[in-house]
Amino acid sequence: MSTDAVLGFVLAGTFVLYALFGGADFGGGVWDLLSFGPRKAEQRALIARAMGPVWEVNHIWLIVGVVLLFAGFPRAFAALSVALHVPLTLLLLGIVFRGAAFTFRTYDMRGDAAQRQWGLVFSGASIVAPLLLGMCVGAVVSGSIRVEGRVVVSGFFASWLSPFSWAVGVLALALFAFLAAVFLTHEASGAELREDFRKRALGAGVAVFIAALVVLLLAREGAPRVWEGLSRSPFALALHGATGVAAVTAFALLWTRRFQWARLAAALQAGLIVLGWAASQYPYLVVPDVTLQGAAASPAAQRLLLIALAVGALTVIPSIALLFRVFRPRPEGASTGDSGH
Amino acid sequence: MTDLLYARAQMGLSLAFHIVFAAAGVALPVLMVLSDWKQRRTGDADYRKLSQKLAKGTAILFAVGAVSGTVLSFELGLLWPEFMGQYGEVIGLPFSLEGVAFFTEAIFLGIYLYGRERVSPGLHLFSGVMVAVSGAASAFFVTLVNVFMNDPSGFVATPHGPTDIEPLKAMFSPGWLTQTSHVLLSCYQASAFAMAGIHAFVLLRHPGSAFHRKALSVALPLACVTALLQPVVGDLSAKHVAKAQPVKLAAMEGQFETERGAPLRVGGLPDVETGTVSHALDIPKGLSILAFGDPNAEVKGLNEFPRDTWPPVAKVHVAFQVMVGTGSAMALLALVTLGYRWRRKAWPSGRKMMWAWLVSGPLGLVALEAGWLVTEWGRQPWIVRGVMRTADAVTPVPHLAAPFWTFTVVYVFLGVVVVALLKRQVADTLPDREPKGPDAKGGGAHVH
Repeated sequence: MSTDAVLGFVLAGTFVLYALFGGADFGGGVWDLLSFGPRKAEQRALIARAMGPVWEVNHIWLIVGVVLLFAGFPRAFAALSVALHVPLTLLLLGIVFRGAAFTFRTYDMRGDAAQRQWGLVFSGASIVAPLLLGMCVGAVVSGSIRVEGRVVVSGFFASWLSPFSWAVGVLALALFAFLAAVFLTHEASGAELREDFRKRALGAGVAVFIAALVVLLLAREGAPRVWEGLSRSPFALALHGATGVAAVTAFALLWTRRFQWARLAAALQAGLIVLGWAASQYPYLVVPDVTLQGAAASPAAQRLLLIALAVGALTVIPSIALLFRVFRPRPEGASTGDSGH
Repeated sequence: MTDLLYARAQMGLSLAFHIVFAAAGVALPVLMVLSDWKQRRTGDADYRKLSQKLAKGTAILFAVGAVSGTVLSFELGLLWPEFMGQYGEVIGLPFSLEGVAFFTEAIFLGIYLYGRERVSPGLHLFSGVMVAVSGAASAFFVTLVNVFMNDPSGFVATPHGPTDIEPLKAMFSPGWLTQTSHVLLSCYQASAFAMAGIHAFVLLRHPGSAFHRKALSVALPLACVTALLQPVVGDLSAKHVAKAQPVKLAAMEGQFETERGAPLRVGGLPDVETGTVSHALDIPKGLSILAFGDPNAEVKGLNEFPRDTWPPVAKVHVAFQVMVGTGSAMALLALVTLGYRWRRKAWPSGRKMMWAWLVSGPLGLVALEAGWLVTEWGRQPWIVRGVMRTADAVTPVPHLAAPFWTFTVVYVFLGVVVVALLKRQVADTLPDREPKGPDAKGGGAHVH
């Protein structure tokens, strides 16, 4: 396997991890905004408690992806930075407000009104950011970003504002909300709170299904390559088939309240959706003008990058395992030690 | 303003903003771990409270540093796509290692901040140490990228971009050791001076507060040691610039003509039209001695180089004077403070010294920003010195005024909020707040 393909695979893997961890994190913000009912405050507290120690870590996957892209495929990074300047800048504003507001809410000591305001900024940004992220993905896969030589010739707006891109944005938002709700059923300490998030997960699951269907229908016009790959390549078909099976399984497990397993199936489903995206545009990084090979860094640079990645994995993976072990949900009644000291 | 200028302004603003939080992210964990360690040794609860307060400060500053750092990693491409498109692969290695270090820092900061009650004291202290070590590593790696931009190596430049790339050689471009040491020291120095300034301020109002006296005793050693080391490392760094980047040195010193036995110009304002520096205090042969260690060494002047490769001379010179001036003031204060400590076996506590530390509190940050301006302005008109001009790297996207003003407003807002939050954290430790009742004890009556 060439270093291009290996790095391409690692890049896709990074986006899978970002979708799982960063995505669930965004989804937490969505449910913070949509919290209602008699346990509104408990819902918000659970989200804040689950996110607090890990939210910064969850979003570093995005930085890893960006660094991999510009170190391994510099021309693709340059082209995307020009073509998607506007939505990426807006996404950054979303990320800044989200992270800052979440932290300010935790440490603002002026009382409830101030906390509510920060909460609103945090949850609002949690909706805008995934939408923009999905729209960027839609633009990349749609084939509407055109590059001649080193120059982007397709303008700064049309590619990410197409109906197809909007649909991918909504799919991303629904998927992240679904993931967060499923993960929160596992984090919740009481049966009632768990039931709240089970209902939300089921609702979001339906939304994911509808959004995926709309994306598929719009793909025929909006992303012809994806549509073609879907209808012709047996590999892509198998991947999408597996995604469907995972989705139905996750839904069934939620329905029957097997939350541990539902968590796994939902993660599998989200991961397969991202891999399905990657497979459908392989070997293109930006459909249809920039390929993995065409944008690749020199072999020497790519090899060293892979070594750095291996070193990084050896450092980061055990540390993350420790982090999640320390903050794993505790049995009921024992989980109060971490807050309000 | 042209789009190029807006792009530079946005990059400059983002870095100037981020650098403060990055420096705090490097240094505060060290101070936090030091107070943990003192608490373990002395059993004094005040040190535990101090480490908890510092942890809250770190959490706020690190979060803003993390999001503004994310912005920067994108802005490299959003504003300078040609730079990243051509040289992304050359500097990818230090950037990816920086990513690893940052990742590690965030993970252990999570454990440190939220895990005090969940993990053993040993693992907790270990997490703090890991935060401090990986924070320093992350600053080290990212500075290597700047070293490359100042003094690029490890590739062969062609009109179509770099070839024969050797990433390891590029990662350790000439001058890497002095520049990374200079930057790391500045992070510790700026944070320790800021912390000392804050506690000196409280002590001027409440001289009897034992908590703030102990806090000052944690900040002062780091502040004094770094303030005395920094001139030495800075001198080494300047000697490298003198050899490797003579145009930058000439701009820093306002040296227009090549001369032997060049004087050191202290202060003053260079005028590129007349080629003179007005209102400067000249120290005969000072520059030749400082830059080359020889009173009669030849120092190259700006006129040796084509005019279109000159950096903005006045800005570079003034920024350099500010850095050296504040650095000298801090070194002097450190000497006096250490002298006091040596004679009286205690850290100073008199009003005069507290005033001196209060006034010097912001100087570390001023020096940090000024020094960073020297290196960035001093490299202009190049983004990669001698190889790619900043003007050739800029994005073709129009209307860059819009993102510039947006980020300006956002960052001013965030800056104000952070200052207000930190102020309240400090106010929470004031002596007249403490005996309010059992509920208010220990600070942080709300979440955390």
